[in-house]
Amino acid sequence: MLYREAGDFKTSYASDNQTFPIRFDRYAYWVVMAVAFLVLPMVMNDYWANSIVVPFMIYVIAALGLNILIGYTGLLSLGTAAFMAVGAYATFKLTTAFPAMPIYLVFLLSGLVTSAVGVLFGLPSLKIKGFYLAVATLAAQFFLIWLFTRYGWFFNYSSTGQISMPERSMFGVTITGATASSTAVYFTCLIFTVAMAWLARNLTRGQMGRTWMAIRDMDIAAEIIGVNPLIAKLSSFAVSSFFVGVAGALMFGVYLGAVEAGEAFGINKSFLVLFMVIIGGLGSILGSFLGAAFLVVLPVLLKILLVDNLGWPADLARHLEIMIIGALIIVVLIAEPHGMAALWRTIKDKLRLWPFPH
Amino acid sequence: MSDNVLFAMEAALNGVTVGIMYSLVALGFVLIFKASGIFNFAQGVMALFAALTLVGLQNGQIPFAPIINAAFGTSIHNFGWNLPSVVAIPLTVLVMIGMAWLIERIVLKHLVNQEPIILFMATIGLAFFLEGLGDIMWGAEVKRLDVGIPQGMSSWVDETTYNLFGYGFFIDTLSLYALGIAAVLVTGLVLFSQYTKQGRALRAVADDHQAALSVGISLRFIWVLTWSIAGIVALVAGIMWGSKSGVQFSLSLIALKALPVLILGGFTSIPGAIVGGLLIGVGEKLFDFLMQPVIGGATENWFAYMLALVFLLFRPQGLFGERIIERV
Repeated sequence: MLYREAGDFKTSYASDNQTFPIRFDRYAYWVVMAVAFLVLPMVMNDYWANSIVVPFMIYVIAALGLNILIGYTGLLSLGTAAFMAVGAYATFKLTTAFPAMPIYLVFLLSGLVTSAVGVLFGLPSLKIKGFYLAVATLAAQFFLIWLFTRYGWFFNYSSTGQISMPERSMFGVTITGATASSTAVYFTCLIFTVAMAWLARNLTRGQMGRTWMAIRDMDIAAEIIGVNPLIAKLSSFAVSSFFVGVAGALMFGVYLGAVEAGEAFGINKSFLVLFMVIIGGLGSILGSFLGAAFLVVLPVLLKILLVDNLGWPADLARHLEIMIIGALIIVVLIAEPHGMAALWRTIKDKLRLWPFPH
Repeated sequence: MSDNVLFAMEAALNGVTVGIMYSLVALGFVLIFKASGIFNFAQGVMALFAALTLVGLQNGQIPFAPIINAAFGTSIHNFGWNLPSVVAIPLTVLVMIGMAWLIERIVLKHLVNQEPIILFMATIGLAFFLEGLGDIMWGAEVKRLDVGIPQGMSSWVDETTYNLFGYGFFIDTLSLYALGIAAVLVTGLVLFSQYTKQGRALRAVADDHQAALSVGISLRFIWVLTWSIAGIVALVAGIMWGSKSGVQFSLSLIALKALPVLILGGFTSIPGAIVGGLLIGVGEKLFDFLMQPVIGGATENWFAYMLALVFLLFRPQGLFGERIIERV
């Protein structure tokens, strides 16, 4: 039956630690994978791909990255968008300097470049935390965006100050640029999202994730039991920035195609990703998916409902959206500080015992 | 004196006046942080909201007119009267007090004893909510705010400096008023917290919540009180900034600039907020002036944060803050 197990029969450490302990979940996981890889590309039209599915997957990667930093290590960052910009500009510089380099490799290298920048701005976290660190990451946000819009080298001295993605293909399939098919874009994002989620899950349940969580729960105590805060905090910044950098690279490379740093990666985008993490669930992989899905779908829904059906002005709908998001943040923090993922966990626990809760 | 020194001095003076604006926002932060340990990210948006409400009341706008018009197809905008500032300002103060009460009722009450970082994120949510609410209530277009403070170049400063240095400094009269009002505000706050019963209760709560509770101070009343005062400070900041450059969204971005101000001045110090604001204001103008030929302009966007970052590495508690002691 659904969500039922006949008892706790775990015999090994590995089975105790598995990602999907319930068989139904494992099946559900494979079904989701099959739908994502086989069914969706067949049935999806361009509108769905461009306005919902592709941005959703890119934001999932960014939210995973931020969740590693905030949810798992307890370090607050308000500079996510700037690190996404680093990924985007690294992609641009790498692919224009080495046109023959496989584009997937470019995306990954951009992630590594972002990692390095992230570690640099993560250095203050060794000494400060909480809101203090938030201000330090704000420095990254404003400084990096200023740098990217000010110095011609970053955008190859183009007259518009924009960077635009040249056409690149792999195995004969055009992946980036204006002629890329939405299927190619979809599969690129899907492959990266699945790989990144797999990586995040395995990093967070391994030794590294445990040291992060120890730092989050109480850094002084963690230090006393032998966790090296230098390595834990900086590795968290590095991994988190890697994720965020790849997300930025994808956002520029396959989704937007042409960006201007201040516009596409402003402070509001940092908040958007932060809200995804809060609403979805701090310290949860599933939460990153739920939060990203919710905040990508909500504006589209509101727009369809208010602007297309009721004929309200578009800016009014946008203000209403801001208001709803703000209220939701407060409601989520009051009702369930661990977000939608915790809600799902509660439902699951109920289902496991249903219909005999005692 | 050489021209460059004079230009630098003028830049610094203009920095002082910008700094006062930062200080006013930072002041609201400090008040709330001291009394409740909450880092109120919404302070800047509160200033925006207060200014929007003031303009709306002055012009007799109907609240929520945009959404009513959209929902019912009507086309109402104004009541058709104009309130004088003398009436509109006290009304706005009442609105801000009401808002403080509602915030305590709806948000803070449920978040008592949560970690500071959760409270911080709740105020980010509050900031977004208020931003949307302000736009929906009063419309999103840039508005002119005029409460009768004279504007334009101060001819007095111009003449005096011309006689002294042979070069007239350009300073907005409004900024001089802002300076005066900030001084009055800080004096008033200090007097209030030192010499009134409520002020003493406020300081007791700031010192130790539980001890204050045990001697019969109502924590909730104090919270409403501090948020009301912060709301009034926000109104003052909103009036100043709104008169200068119109009431618009960029007003809430000063809130972000107030964060480095706090780090410089210390989170718990009222004089620190003022000094920090001045330092940041003067610093960013001077830095921009001096470094423009070297690294290009528009450094004001990030200078404050970078200064705060460097500062954090050496003196995390700020210039006037209390030393941060951590216990396991």
